[in-house]
Amino acid sequence: MTLTVIQALASHWRAHRLQLATLLIGLTLATGLWSAVQAINAEARASYSRAADQLALGRFDELHNPAGPIRLSRYVELRRAGWQVAAVLEGPFRVQGRTLRVLGVDMVAYPALPAVTQMEQSGTPPDPADMLTAPGRLLTTPVLEPLLAGQTGLPPSLISDALPPDLILTDIGVAETLLKKPGEISHLIILPDQPGSIPPLSTIAPELERVPAQEQLDTAQLTDSFHLNLSAFGLLSFAVGLFIVHGTVGLAFAQRRGMIRTLRALGVSMRRLVWLIMAELSVLAIVGGILGLVLGFFLAGALLPDVAASLRGLYGAPVSGQISLQPQWALSGLAMALGGTFLASGHALYRLSRMPILSGAGLQAWRSAASGSWVVALAGVAAIAGGILGLLLFGGLVAGFVMVAGLLVGSALVLPYALSRVLILFQRSAKGPIAQWVWADMRAQLPGLSLALMALLLALAANIGVGTMVSSFRLTFTGWLDQRLTSELYVTAATDQQGQDIAEWLNPHVDAILPIRSVELAHSSGPLFLYGIIDDQTYREKWPLISSSERVWDRVHDGTAVLINEQLARRENLWPGDTLAITPTDTLTIAGVYSDYGNPTGQAIVSMAQLDQIAPNAEARRFGIRVAPDRATDLAQALRNQFDLPRRAVVQQAAMKAQSMQVFEKTFVVTSALNILTLGVAGFAILTSLLTLWTQRLPQIAPIWALGLTRAELARLELLRSVLLAALTALLALPLGLALAWALLTVINVEAFGWRLPMYLFPVDWVYLLGLTLLAATVAAALPAARLLRLPPADLLKVFANER
Amino acid sequence: MLVIFDKVQKSYPGGRPVLRDVSLSLDRGQTLALTGESGSGKSTLLNLAAALDTVDSGEITLDGVALSQLDDPGRAALRRTSLSLVFQQFNLIPSLTAGQNLSFHARLAGCHDPDWCAHLAQRLGLSDLLDRYPENLSGGQQQRVAIGRSMAARPKLLLADEPTGNLDETASATVLDLMLALVADTGAALLLVTHSHEIAARLDRRVRLSGGLIA
Repeated sequence: MTLTVIQALASHWRAHRLQLATLLIGLTLATGLWSAVQAINAEARASYSRAADQLALGRFDELHNPAGPIRLSRYVELRRAGWQVAAVLEGPFRVQGRTLRVLGVDMVAYPALPAVTQMEQSGTPPDPADMLTAPGRLLTTPVLEPLLAGQTGLPPSLISDALPPDLILTDIGVAETLLKKPGEISHLIILPDQPGSIPPLSTIAPELERVPAQEQLDTAQLTDSFHLNLSAFGLLSFAVGLFIVHGTVGLAFAQRRGMIRTLRALGVSMRRLVWLIMAELSVLAIVGGILGLVLGFFLAGALLPDVAASLRGLYGAPVSGQISLQPQWALSGLAMALGGTFLASGHALYRLSRMPILSGAGLQAWRSAASGSWVVALAGVAAIAGGILGLLLFGGLVAGFVMVAGLLVGSALVLPYALSRVLILFQRSAKGPIAQWVWADMRAQLPGLSLALMALLLALAANIGVGTMVSSFRLTFTGWLDQRLTSELYVTAATDQQGQDIAEWLNPHVDAILPIRSVELAHSSGPLFLYGIIDDQTYREKWPLISSSERVWDRVHDGTAVLINEQLARRENLWPGDTLAITPTDTLTIAGVYSDYGNPTGQAIVSMAQLDQIAPNAEARRFGIRVAPDRATDLAQALRNQFDLPRRAVVQQAAMKAQSMQVFEKTFVVTSALNILTLGVAGFAILTSLLTLWTQRLPQIAPIWALGLTRAELARLELLRSVLLAALTALLALPLGLALAWALLTVINVEAFGWRLPMYLFPVDWVYLLGLTLLAATVAAALPAARLLRLPPADLLKVFANER
Repeated sequence: MLVIFDKVQKSYPGGRPVLRDVSLSLDRGQTLALTGESGSGKSTLLNLAAALDTVDSGEITLDGVALSQLDDPGRAALRRTSLSLVFQQFNLIPSLTAGQNLSFHARLAGCHDPDWCAHLAQRLGLSDLLDRYPENLSGGQQQRVAIGRSMAARPKLLLADEPTGNLDETASATVLDLMLALVADTGAALLLVTHSHEIAARLDRRVRLSGGLIA
C-alpha cells in the first residue's frame, strides 16, 4: 500500500514539473548562499586554528612589558635566575608591497614548532647551526618562497607547509635584523616545566606583566564581529530562499488536498500520509541541499580571496585564499536544508494533517488563509516591538542583531496588510473600469504573491540598508582620509639615523616635517598604540576630532592631556574629562576623541616630548612631509635619488589613499555580492509565484477577455500588475531599509567594530534600486505575460466550458 | 438581419468537425434557443457568434460586420460594444463588488448610464446587494448580477450559455423571466444555449443541433 501511496503523491510532481523545479531551486539558493558564507567562515576559522597550532599560540602564559619591548638583558637575567622562558620578537615586514609577518623565536628555548619538526624529519634536514648563525634561515610557505627568492640580502629560505600564510618563521637573531629591532623582545613565553625555587617575578622583573594563556586575545576573537556580520547576511539570504520553498510547498499541498481526501477515503490513514509526505519532503530537501552545497562551494571559492584580503587588511588575520571541502560543513548545510524545508513546510503540513476527511476547501481556502490578515500584521508589529525592547533591555551585538531580525521579519509580516490597505486606497480613487479592476485584482492576488513580495521587501531593505551603510562609510572614510592623510608625502627611512639625515636634508625644502613615531603598549583593554606628534597647524586644522574639550591641542602639547581613538573611547567608555593610564606611572586627562576607521585596536596621541619620555627608543624612521602639492612628485623623486630609497619608501598621498580605499572596497565585496544575489533570489521568487499562480489566473482573466479586452492588453496589464506591486513594495522597503541602515550604523557597527558613523542619504541609489526592482519584476512577469499573449482562445474558452 | 451564420464550419484541433455548414439568422428583438446533445456544437456556435473564436470556413455577420474580417483588437471591440455574454458559471469578477460588476461592461464600452444601471439593479432585485462581493452572493443572485452586467451596455445581441444550468428550479425561473423581460425592453436579440425543452419553448424560435448540423 505504501508504494501505491508514494506513486500517487509523486504523480503530483510529474504533473507539476515547474513547481518541483521551483521548490528545488528555492532550496538550492537558500542552502547555497548560506553554505557559501559558512564555508568562508569555516575556512577562515580553520586558518586561525591552524595558525594557532602551528605557532603554539595561546598555549603558554606570556610575559609582557606594558611600557614597550622587553630588554635582552632582562631575558638573560630571567634565564639565569632559573625562569624557563623563551623570547619572541615579531613584527610586520614588507616585501614588494606585500605586508608579511616575521615571527622570530629563540630556536633553542622555544618548544618545537611543527614546521621545525617537519624540517628536522625531512630527507635533507638543515644543519641546526645554519638556523642559529648568520645569515640564518627563513622558514616560509611554498607560496611565499618565490616572493622571498626575488629579494636580495635575505637569508636562504626553507619551505614548510606547516606555517600560516604570509608568515616567516626564523630565529630571533635573524628577526632582529629583518625587523631592525636589535636587542628587542616583543614578549616572553613561560614554558610549562618551571623549577620549584625561582625568585618571584615581582622581585626579578617588576615591570613585566604575566598574561595567562586563556586571557590572550586571539585572531578568532578579533574577527568574531566580521564573521558574525557575514553569518547574518547568509541567514538573510537563507530566509529569502525559504520564502520560495514556503510558497511552493503551500501551493503544492493545497493542490493535493483533493488527492489526500481521496486517499483517505480509500483507507489510507492520515498518520501514514503525514509520514510519507515528510519522507517526500526530506528527499526533496536532501536533493536541494546537495545542489545548494555545490553552488555554495563554488560561490565561496569565488568570494574567499576578497574576504581573505580584507581579513588580512583589517586584522592581519592569516587566511588562505583557497576553499577546502570539509565534511562538517557539508553535513551542516544538509541539516540547514532539512531544517529549513520543515520550517517552511511545517504550517502547511500541520494544516493538511488537521484537514477533515470531508473537507471541500480547496485552493481558495489556502489562499484566503495565507492572506495578510490583521492578526499576521499584529504579530509583525509584536516582532518589531520585541526586537527594539530586547535591544533596550539587554544591549550588545547579539541584541542588536535580534533587533534587526525583529525589524525585518516583523515588517515582512506587516507587508501584506499594509499593501492591502494601500491598494484599497488606489482602488477607491480609480476612475476607469480597467483601473478599478487592476487595483482590485492586485488585492485579490496578494495572498498568492505575498511571500514573494515579503522576500522582495527583505532583499530591498537589505540593499538599501547595507548600501546606505557602505556609502555612508565610504563618504565618511574618504573625508576622514582627507583629514588623516594631510601630508603630501610619506617617507619611511631604513634606520633612525637615515631618518634623521632625511629630515635634515628636507628641512629647507618643505613646509613642515611631521614625524610619525609610535610604540605598542600593553593596556588593560588590550594593545594600545601610543603616537607622539609635534605642534603643527596641520593637526589643529585637520585632525578628525569627534569630541573635544577646550584648548585641546594646547593641553596635549603642554603634556597634560592625551587624545584617544573612538574605538578605545567606546570600548572603555572614556570621554573628554576622563583620565587614561598610559603606563602604570603616566596618567593623563583625555582632551579629545578622534575617529579612526579600519583600526581594531586602541590608539592614543600625546606630545612628542611625552612619547620620548615614555618610550625613548620609539623608532623615528617615518615622516609626513607638508609641501606644495605640485612639488610633491619631484620632491619624492629627489628624495629617492638622494638617499637611494626604494620606491615604496616614499609614498605620495594619492597612492596612500588609493591603497586605503582598496582595502575598504575589498571589505565590502562580499556584502555587495550577497546583496545582489539576495535581490536575484527575490526576483526569482516573484517569477515562481507568478508561474505557480498561472493556472489560477485564467478563470480571472478569461471573463475580462470575453468582455472585450484583447490578450495583448491583458498581457500588458499582467506586466503592469507585477511592476506596480514591486514598486509599492520598493516604496515600503525604503523606510525599512533606512531603519536598517540606522541600526547598522548606530548599533551593530558600534558594537562590532567600535566606531559610529554619520548616516548620509543617497536618493540616486534608491532610484537606481527602484529601476533594478522594476526591471526584475518586469523580467519575472514577462514569461507569464508572454504565455498569455500567445495563449490560444481555445484555452481561454475552456474556462467557460460547462463540462469543465 | 442582425446575425447571419452562413455555411459556418469549425473543427476541433484534432480535425474532428464540430460545426458543418451551419446557416441560420437572427433579427433584432428575436429570441432563439439552441438545443442539442452534449458535444453537438451549441457552445462552439455561441463562441463564434461572440467573436471569442474564429470560423474555419463560412462567415458570421453581426450587424453588417463580417467577423472573419476582424483582427483580435477588432473582435475585442465588438465584444465590448455590440454584444454581451451570460455564462453558466456566472464568471463575475471576484475582486469587484456586485455593483462594480454590474456596471463593469458598460463602463468598459464607454456607455455607462448610472440611471440605467440603477434601474437594472432594481429590476433584478439587487439594490441591497450592490456592495457585496460575489463570494457573498447565492448562485441565483450572482447570475442576476451577470445578467445585469450583460444588459448594462445595452447590447444588440445577448448570448447566453446555459444561464440557468447551475441554478435550482425557482431561481432558474426567476432568472429566465428577468432575462426575457430585459431583452424585450431593450430590443436586443437573444441567442440562448440550453438543454431544457421548457426553456426553449419560451423563446421565439428553436434550433436543434446534432453532430454539428442543424437537425
